[in-house]
Amino acid sequence: MAFDYDKYIRPGKLPHIWCPGCGHGIVMKGLIRAIDALGFEKNNTAIVSGIGCASRLPGYMDCCTLHTAHGRAAAFATGVKMAKPEMNVICVGGDGDGTAIGGNHFIHACRRNINITYIIMNNKIYGMTGGQFSPATPTGAKASTTPYGNPDPPFDIAKLAIGAGATFVARGTAYHATQIDKLIVEAIQHKGFSVVEILDDCPTTYGRRNKYKSVIEMMNELKDIAVPVKAAEKMTPEQLKGKVLTGVLYKEEKPEYTAEYAKVIERAKGAAK
Amino acid sequence: MAKKVAFMQGNEAAAHGALYAGCKFFAGYPITPSTEVAEVMSAELPKVGGKFIQMEDEIGAMSAVIGAALTGAKALTSTSGPGLSLKQEIIGYGCITEVPCVIVNVMRGGPSTGMPTGPSQSDVMCAKWGTHGDHPAICLVPASVQELFEETIRAFNLAEKYRTPVMIMPDEIVGHMRERIVFPEPGEIEVINRTTPSVSPEQYKPYDTKFGDVPPLAAFGSDYRFHVTGLNKMEDGFPTTKASIVQAEEERQVRKVEANADDIIKYEEYMLDDAEVVVVAFGSTSRSARFAVNEARKQGIKAGLFRLITFWPFPEKQILALSKKVKAFITPEMNLGMCTEVVKGCVAGNAPVHGIFRVDGEPINPDQIVDKMKEVK
Ligand SMILES: Cc1ncc(C[n+]2csc(CCOP(=O)(O)OP(=O)(O)O)c2C)c(N)n1
Ligand code: SF4
Repeated sequence: MAFDYDKYIRPGKLPHIWCPGCGHGIVMKGLIRAIDALGFEKNNTAIVSGIGCASRLPGYMDCCTLHTAHGRAAAFATGVKMAKPEMNVICVGGDGDGTAIGGNHFIHACRRNINITYIIMNNKIYGMTGGQFSPATPTGAKASTTPYGNPDPPFDIAKLAIGAGATFVARGTAYHATQIDKLIVEAIQHKGFSVVEILDDCPTTYGRRNKYKSVIEMMNELKDIAVPVKAAEKMTPEQLKGKVLTGVLYKEEKPEYTAEYAKVIERAKGAAK
Repeated sequence: MAKKVAFMQGNEAAAHGALYAGCKFFAGYPITPSTEVAEVMSAELPKVGGKFIQMEDEIGAMSAVIGAALTGAKALTSTSGPGLSLKQEIIGYGCITEVPCVIVNVMRGGPSTGMPTGPSQSDVMCAKWGTHGDHPAICLVPASVQELFEETIRAFNLAEKYRTPVMIMPDEIVGHMRERIVFPEPGEIEVINRTTPSVSPEQYKPYDTKFGDVPPLAAFGSDYRFHVTGLNKMEDGFPTTKASIVQAEEERQVRKVEANADDIIKYEEYMLDDAEVVVVAFGSTSRSARFAVNEARKQGIKAGLFRLITFWPFPEKQILALSKKVKAFITPEMNLGMCTEVVKGCVAGNAPVHGIFRVDGEPINPDQIVDKMKEVK
């Protein structure tokens, strides 16, 4: 039997705003399958986003949903999780939202290792505002604000997350759709701050400007550049040039923030006696 | 039983007021001259099972406060000038999404880094006009340690009652002075909690005007689930651009405070019955003003004081009524005329308004006010 996505879609809130060929919808379906696989109760699940095309995702989901301000998802989510640690808290958003304006909140959520899963839909561009370059736009690429090619070097978002202290970091692509839910499930099951970067596409503002002939070409590129971490172990640096690693890139057990704060409460109550 | 009495700093009293009101969450970022609020909360909140978090900046702190408030917690942040500027986008978010929370802003000199340890009263306009767009504004301006404690409780009550962020703005002098404080017993001062839904989860809409201008607010993680967005929204919380709905919702958001101004506005009248020269003042400046009024009376000047305790909504009606029977107003303030401008707007030309402005980091002393009284009487 086909998977019933409607179970988690808010009645009456479709159609979505995404363009034909946009990768964000593929990620949402992956997230829905993951939530279903985990058996999460909708009332106990908060989905928090910032602003952008990717950040419109929560509105379609039949959970506790919080569409915040540009870049602030991790900070709002931190408030939700601290106040109600028993809730499942998931952040979603774009590369610009999460790593430009929201970069500070993102790295500090990584550092605290608070039990939140952050899904970044990386289409390498500011889609919603018409295609300005983001911190994930490759050097040389065309954006509406880089008419002569992008002079900025991009972030490697997964490495940024690892460097900042996230204890679970995975990467997938919108082409490898059936892997997305598995990565999200593993990320959510991990106790601590987990980051899942999904490389996807924005045909409307990135594809057109950068001479992609079709969405299919953009999807094929995602297929071609992705190398699973296991396979990469057997490849030479030469062979890995221009490729990106996919799968679980990093995993480490470390004290989780809300659990540590529970100990603070114990100590404070002990001291008060 | 004798009441608990202490000798306490203003900022500490604000924190204890928040705890009395049932605050269970604090997020902040250190900044002089407000940091003691955070320090007390970090020590006291975990004792009552509450949560304290020091965030990476003030934007993050304001965001975490709203996230926590949406789970049903009473939430607080504290800051000063530069931090208040950073919080503004998210304060606006709290206004449009109608999430109760309290911001303590201890006023120091500005703009920018200004005078971190110097007193000021120059953030009162920021309380109303700091964030973009039309929105409700409630701002309280206490003048003593006891009042800072009690007004912090009232700030929470107003936030919960009207489902909106509320600011309380002691100036640095009030925040840092130490005075005697008498703690009320639990239950002695009323504590208001937000109205939660009475309808079933299926029927619940977070902005259901069937319940009046302040619709009930459910909590994340309860039996209710709903959507929250900073976009203009409909009754069910989802975004809309429909002109009639946007207009009506924007008007309701402002009206819920403006129409209840009488409930929110608090002030003190001192020697106003026969006053010819009236000082309108707030915060520590109002203490100098009271002294000045007493001095002036000794010298035969019929002086009085109208002390603002609520700055926003401003007591327009009261000032207008006064303007019809007095000869002049004097408005001393530690800024370059913010309150003065508002008072001028209220008096509608009925009486002259003479400002005394100080932005040099020194308080306005009573002599300055008495001199002005002699000049204008
Ligand atoms: C404070 C603030 N600055 C700028 C904007 C304008 N803005 C809205 S979405 C966006 C970029 C979104 O890009 P990204 O996060 O990569 O998501 P995408 O739209 O590509 O999915 C920008 C710059 C805003 N809403 N708020
Ligand atoms: S503009 Fe780009 S990111 Fe936004 S919906 Fe369209 S394709 Fe997706």
